[in-house]
Amino acid sequence: MQSMPFQPEQASSIAKSVDELYLFLTLVTVFFSALIFSVIFYFMIRYRRRSPDERPKPIEGNFPLEVLWTTIPTLIVAVIFVWSSMLYFKNAEAPKGSMEIFVTGKQWMWKVEHPEGQREINEVHVPLGRPVKLTMTSEDVIHDFFVPAFRVKKDVLPGRYTSLWFTATKVGTFHLFCAQYCGAFHAGMIGSIIVQEPDEFERWLAGGTPGESMEQAGEKVFQSSGCSTCHTPDGAGLGPSLLGVYGQPVKLTTGETVTADDAYIRESILLPKAKIVMGYTPIMPTFQGQLTEEQLNDVIAYIRALGKSQPKPKEEGKQ
Amino acid sequence: MTDAESHAEKGMAHQFEDLDQQHDADMLGIWVFLITEIMFFGGVFAAYAIYRWMYFSAFDGGSHILDIRLGAANTIVLLGSSLTMVLSVRAAQTGNRRSTVLFLIATMILGGIFLGVKGYEYHQKFVEHVVPGLDWAPEGKTLALLAPGGVQHAQIYFIFYFAMTGLHAIHMIIGMGLLLWLVLRARKDAFTPHYFAPVEVVGLYWHFVDIVWIFLFPLLYLIGGRY
Amino acid sequence: MSTATLEPRVHAPRNYLNADYGWKSWLFTLDHKRIALLYLISVTFFFLVGGSFAVLMRIHLTEPQGALVQPETYNKLFTLHGVIMIFFFLIPSIPAVLGNFLVPLMVGARDLAFPKLNLLSWYIYIVGGMFTLYSAIAGGVDTGWTFYTPYSSTYSNTQVTAVAIGVFVTGFSSILTGLNFIVTIHKMRCPGLTWFRMPLFLWSMYATSLIMVLGTPVLAITIFLLALEHLFHVGIFSPALGGDPLLFQHLFWFYSHPAVYIMILPAMGVVSEIIACFSRKRIFGYSIVAFSSVAIAVLGFLVWGHHMFVTGQSVFAGLIFSLLSFLVAIPSAIKVFNWTATLYKGSISYEAPMLYAMGFIGLFTMGGLTGLFLASLATDVHLNGTYFVVAHFHYIMVGGAVMGYLGGIHFWWPKISGRKYPDMWAGIAAVIIFIGFNLTFFPQFILGYLGMPRRYAFYPAEFQVLNVMSSAGATVLGVGYLIPLIYLIWSMRYGPIAEPNPWGATGLEWTTASPPPTENFAEIPVVTEEAYAYGPKEGSGD
Repeated sequence: MQSMPFQPEQASSIAKSVDELYLFLTLVTVFFSALIFSVIFYFMIRYRRRSPDERPKPIEGNFPLEVLWTTIPTLIVAVIFVWSSMLYFKNAEAPKGSMEIFVTGKQWMWKVEHPEGQREINEVHVPLGRPVKLTMTSEDVIHDFFVPAFRVKKDVLPGRYTSLWFTATKVGTFHLFCAQYCGAFHAGMIGSIIVQEPDEFERWLAGGTPGESMEQAGEKVFQSSGCSTCHTPDGAGLGPSLLGVYGQPVKLTTGETVTADDAYIRESILLPKAKIVMGYTPIMPTFQGQLTEEQLNDVIAYIRALGKSQPKPKEEGKQ
Repeated sequence: MTDAESHAEKGMAHQFEDLDQQHDADMLGIWVFLITEIMFFGGVFAAYAIYRWMYFSAFDGGSHILDIRLGAANTIVLLGSSLTMVLSVRAAQTGNRRSTVLFLIATMILGGIFLGVKGYEYHQKFVEHVVPGLDWAPEGKTLALLAPGGVQHAQIYFIFYFAMTGLHAIHMIIGMGLLLWLVLRARKDAFTPHYFAPVEVVGLYWHFVDIVWIFLFPLLYLIGGRY
Repeated sequence: MSTATLEPRVHAPRNYLNADYGWKSWLFTLDHKRIALLYLISVTFFFLVGGSFAVLMRIHLTEPQGALVQPETYNKLFTLHGVIMIFFFLIPSIPAVLGNFLVPLMVGARDLAFPKLNLLSWYIYIVGGMFTLYSAIAGGVDTGWTFYTPYSSTYSNTQVTAVAIGVFVTGFSSILTGLNFIVTIHKMRCPGLTWFRMPLFLWSMYATSLIMVLGTPVLAITIFLLALEHLFHVGIFSPALGGDPLLFQHLFWFYSHPAVYIMILPAMGVVSEIIACFSRKRIFGYSIVAFSSVAIAVLGFLVWGHHMFVTGQSVFAGLIFSLLSFLVAIPSAIKVFNWTATLYKGSISYEAPMLYAMGFIGLFTMGGLTGLFLASLATDVHLNGTYFVVAHFHYIMVGGAVMGYLGGIHFWWPKISGRKYPDMWAGIAAVIIFIGFNLTFFPQFILGYLGMPRRYAFYPAEFQVLNVMSSAGATVLGVGYLIPLIYLIWSMRYGPIAEPNPWGATGLEWTTASPPPTENFAEIPVVTEEAYAYGPKEGSGD
């Protein structure tokens, strides 16, 4: 179905299906509202008081009728629930191979980093037709990344990562709004998603300031902050080797096993004593307050890349 | 008993038909109020439980700073005060004015001891500089206990310590005021075996405040597990 | 206009209004009816304050760049509009005004179980109100009525502590009112008044009171922890210090969702009374309606997570809260059908209370159905945080709760004041309010779907037309609200004197004088009939 009047453009792969559900909900609303309105209107006229002494016979109720008008709404909401949940579930996880972009919200702007190193403020260039996954965090308060034309929205929280994904299906420029009140210029924390044809996007990516990729920036931070001193690739340093660790299970001193994802790496940098790898001691200092969110994103990108192009070590850390 | 007599009965309020109805209403009223208190403390207990789960070692460390002997002593004191309170209710029920007053005073004394010990414990926290927001600068042995779990997260433990025991202490102080009011009324012969609901009501309140402490003590003092 | 001449009352029979004179007799009263009037004056005052903030907001929003105030000021306006309307108008309105006045009368008692607690609850409300007014005057609050952390706890430098104290204190007013109603309904029903002979207004007061006593304490502790965080910056809700901002949201919504049922259940109770009276019929499916009230109260505690679907919480949590949110809609739908069925073969008249009740049903139905859009996960992702949500809750709170409140005020006005108001003006006002309301809030559904977020002090120009429409509607709505203020005050001195039962309604409150004597009844009544015994009398030959 095409976008109806009073709807934003349908510019993502899920917009149509969300609009279909919305249309169904609208029809249900209109139907039941009209039904109630007209029945009441009819009764108000048909049964208007004709004489001051009228005393209508009492009607206690009608159990079958109660069952009927309990069951039918229950069935209708069941349909809506199942339909909506399936849609939601289907769209919850970003497809594998999504292009990743990192977003940092702060009062009152959006800072965007492409893995290749391109940085943007309040704009996100994306290619048409390719799934894009945004990994987002906030530097201060809760914000919310909202693109009406794509029908996507997710809160952006300080201290953790949230993500949303979309596949843009139309070239153009679309509103980006902050949709969680965040202080004085909440209304000003708006920007644009700029969808380009793939080749134009590549040109945009390559053009502008030739900078370093997030990986390269991350490697620099890794060296300059002294991470490489302890986290040597051979595993003989004071800290575990990070070769190939990204995405893999890690055993901790408490006996539990966790996955080395973005959140784990971020926590290990900011709160190193929270989870200690089995076989190591809690001697890593914290980098809280020393690295910006972008630098954290860069380091994570670097660690992610480690081990993709290197052979996996035979053992995990020293015994 | 005629209508007029029962309506003039000592202690009955005009909106009730008889003392029985008033007593029923008073009892339901205090129980509903205690349920609201359960929801109130429940909220902070839930938040505490969540942070304990998140910051296990920090909370352990924080718990080690507390003096378990003082906490245990206070627990005995408060349990004792619940005993004297219920003995006071019994005394009122049997029309024994002297015992009612004496047991109320005993309850107040025990309550006062509790608050005194609590005050001393709070003072110790200032001495050790573990008062979040006002004097947070743990050092030496204290710091050594808190460091393994993370000093910042231990601060969260202590804000909960002060919030929970502080709210509890405020409830106790209010309870002491209520006990004093009862003493003054009892001395003026306000209570009879037919009308002693205020003593019962305050008794239930006092027991509730005691029970909150029975939860606080293990949650705050005993989770460190060094006994 | 009636043909009766203006009648200042010269020698009225002894009633609760003239039983005693002087400010002390009012400020130290223990009479539930006088306390209800104290509340009436205070909630009306706060309605006007909160309403004037709304007027300023709607004027401001007529222009995309903002027509009236700086963004910082706009943020304070919407915050205080929300805080005042929710905590100082909507939550007390029906329970503390109509409930306080009517519950003892409807159960056939001389007063509530705890008259002193009743007076105390009014004073607590006033103290809370003073703190909140202070926070408004001393610079305002800009956190939104939802006080999300860490903005409210760490970043905002407005009067957060003062308003937190105001809300904290006022919560106890709510708790005491609920406690009083629960004990009164359990223990003070007059002989013959079984649970299932009670008017449905009492059932809804009871269900509301359950929520008040179980939910409000959680708000209290949440606000307390927020205030601690704001003052001492220790990390309870602040991620930089190890705290969890979503924990605040869970605790906050655990109360604030049930709170919306505190606001709507009493209005539903009023509507039941009005429909029965003005169609002269027992409410269809009485016991189903009674159980639905309790079901709404219980289910209402299980759905709070639907405010947090886009916070990054787990998909499974979302599924559970979505399912429960759909289920809580069902008892409300059942009530709407039962009210409609009551009209069938009734004898319907169209005085102002009935117009308000009909308006309630229509607007509540629309508001409730739009809630389905928000309970539905896939659409909530798009609609959360937009004007769609604003429109949805105003349909329920204003189209529903306020219409119910006004309907109740008009229905029981003769009982409360002993006077009648001009029904023509009352009907005109009701229609103006209905029209103005829809003009104000319907465009906001569209604005929301188009993507305009809420709490925006300025907006892209493409949203202007709908905003101007909404503001124009708000003018009509404002006029509509002022009209009853005028004629109700006028009626207190010049309205025709009311009989004990001007509407021919059933219910114990109508068996006593208008206004009632201080002790309510000369003798405690004995109930022998079912509720809503409107039917033909035995042997009447009808």
